[in-house]
Amino acid sequence: MPDGATPVLDVKNLKTVFSTRSGEVHAVNSVSFYLKPGELLGVVGESGSGKSVTMMSLLGLLPSPPAEVREGTVMLGGKDLLKVDAQTMRKVRGGDVGFVFQDPMTSLNPVFNVGFQIMEPLREHMGMTRAQARDRAVELLEIVGIPDARRRLTDYPHQFSGGMRQRVMIAIALACNPKVLIADEPTTALDVTIQAQILELVKDLRQKLGMAIIWITHDLGVIAGIADRVMVMYGGQVVEQGPVKEVFANAAHPYTRALLKTMPKLHGTRDDKLRVIEGQPPMLGRQPVSCPFRDRCAHAFDRCAQENPLRREIGDGHDVACHWDHREAQQ
Amino acid sequence: MSTARKLVEVKDLKLHFPIYGGLLRRQVGAVKAVDGVSFDIYEGETLGIVGESGCGKSTCGRAVLRLYEATEGSITIDGQDISKLSGNDLRKMRPSMQMVFQDPQACLNPRMTVAGIIGEPLDEHTNWDRKKKLERIYELMDAVGLNREFANRYPHAFSGGQRQRIGIARALALNPRFIVCDEPIAALDVSIQAQVVNLLEELQQQFGLTYMFISHDLSMVRHIADRVAVMYLGVIVERAPVQALYDSPMHPYTEALLSAVPEPDPSVEVQKDRIVLQGDVPSPSNPPKGCNFCTRCPKVMDICHETPPETVEVGPGHFVACHLINQQQTAG
Repeated sequence: MPDGATPVLDVKNLKTVFSTRSGEVHAVNSVSFYLKPGELLGVVGESGSGKSVTMMSLLGLLPSPPAEVREGTVMLGGKDLLKVDAQTMRKVRGGDVGFVFQDPMTSLNPVFNVGFQIMEPLREHMGMTRAQARDRAVELLEIVGIPDARRRLTDYPHQFSGGMRQRVMIAIALACNPKVLIADEPTTALDVTIQAQILELVKDLRQKLGMAIIWITHDLGVIAGIADRVMVMYGGQVVEQGPVKEVFANAAHPYTRALLKTMPKLHGTRDDKLRVIEGQPPMLGRQPVSCPFRDRCAHAFDRCAQENPLRREIGDGHDVACHWDHREAQQ
Repeated sequence: MSTARKLVEVKDLKLHFPIYGGLLRRQVGAVKAVDGVSFDIYEGETLGIVGESGCGKSTCGRAVLRLYEATEGSITIDGQDISKLSGNDLRKMRPSMQMVFQDPQACLNPRMTVAGIIGEPLDEHTNWDRKKKLERIYELMDAVGLNREFANRYPHAFSGGQRQRIGIARALALNPRFIVCDEPIAALDVSIQAQVVNLLEELQQQFGLTYMFISHDLSMVRHIADRVAVMYLGVIVERAPVQALYDSPMHPYTEALLSAVPEPDPSVEVQKDRIVLQGDVPSPSNPPKGCNFCTRCPKVMDICHETPPETVEVGPGHFVACHLINQQQTAG
């Protein structure tokens, strides 16, 4: 699958199941993906598609019970993260892998000042002294574009605006020079003009620091602007994956195609009616035996009800999990 | 459009929330959530209100229905100045003006059945018998695409999109003429958003409704609105027919806002020359002197820090409040 560089992160056949009172929920089903050094992988999907749970599973961030990572391997730096002990995992979280969460208000601790929160991973993972950590914290705040950084170290999260808080979160995630940065809907809670600021910042940071990034979002526009590759998730599975230009130009999965069409455009002609994906996303109650998108798919046929399609390669690094051949439609 | 009647006329609407402080809890200031906005909505059209969080668009929408008492200004709906109406007279106006709320989770009472929720306006404003009410409830459920069999279920049994349909059915119950939609799709997934927007458009045609559609989603507003007003820090900075606003925005804030929207097309995104605004929106309790946008404006001039700009008409129905435009007009 990966050509050239060996991936920094290689996930294979990840399966996560939640046990609830009304039975099991198969939130992540045989998800495989890789991340090459320095690239930005965009992960798109609706709520409940399993995108966040996938990333939380990688780092063992899900409470168990109810969650259980049943199968799979997560290779990072020659180690399988699903097999390592708690101590090693602690080193990975915040060390090799940085995590930026969606809501910057709830993910920062309101009773500690931001300086303490940025210095915490530095002292924990890098063994820095207080003074060293403070200098590095100032440097980090400057990198993420917070003016008057040294003075702001003693400020508390509530003294920052939403965009500034998200910058602080990014600074914390970057603290230990992670190989991989996972950003889970980092701009969803922000306004568009502030989102534009954060996106510019991330583009800039990638050039300066060169780490690999996984960017989770439901906004295809954001993906189009920053990602190298995109992975589309639906019903706990990866339905399509490929280089961003290729997927946007030649989307092969009916879900991706429909998703691109439902979004109204900012330019060009205005449609009379929006294209709609009828129906609701699936409940992930049982181990899926059929295609999860079957009920809402315009191209579904008998086979879709009988077997869950496997991912198949259809172009250079572009694969899709669908029985229907999209090329039929183009002819 | 010129033949259409004005259904809603808002003039110089101000809404200031007082801030109390000090030992004696005296009023020490005010949050100027809406600070002098004027607009009209014609019968059968959709006015989109866009802006970032905290710009006062939701407060404005609520004030128009008098869910908040306006500090100053007049709101005329269907010839009646509702800002002066007494409680009883206002109550008689309520059936003609309704609201669809943002969060379909929070705006439905979890202890009431769907039939109870949709029928509540009927209980309040009509003296129909049970059978007639139930008939109307079923009719409304059909209109918004909910299965009649679900009438006795509770809101928790429904998905976000379906809950929003319940909220819309409730708003339609009394045959309103004017509906304020306050971010009706913000809490929904992309594929569900399109369903709800299509439903709103169908209902508009079917019942001749007039909408005030409040949203931060500029692409969706472009789709649904006939005219659009852009708000920033309590004031309308630009107001224009939808095509004029999106094709030739005049106010620097509108330009920046439009350029900040990421578009789902990598080739466009790569070429795009994005205007990235610096800094954050100032606090509405202490807005800057002069033009509200002067702290972030990329084209700021000296005069902007001194006097607030007048709103001028630059094209048919296209109003802009910016010193830059005023200067160009006097120069040219």
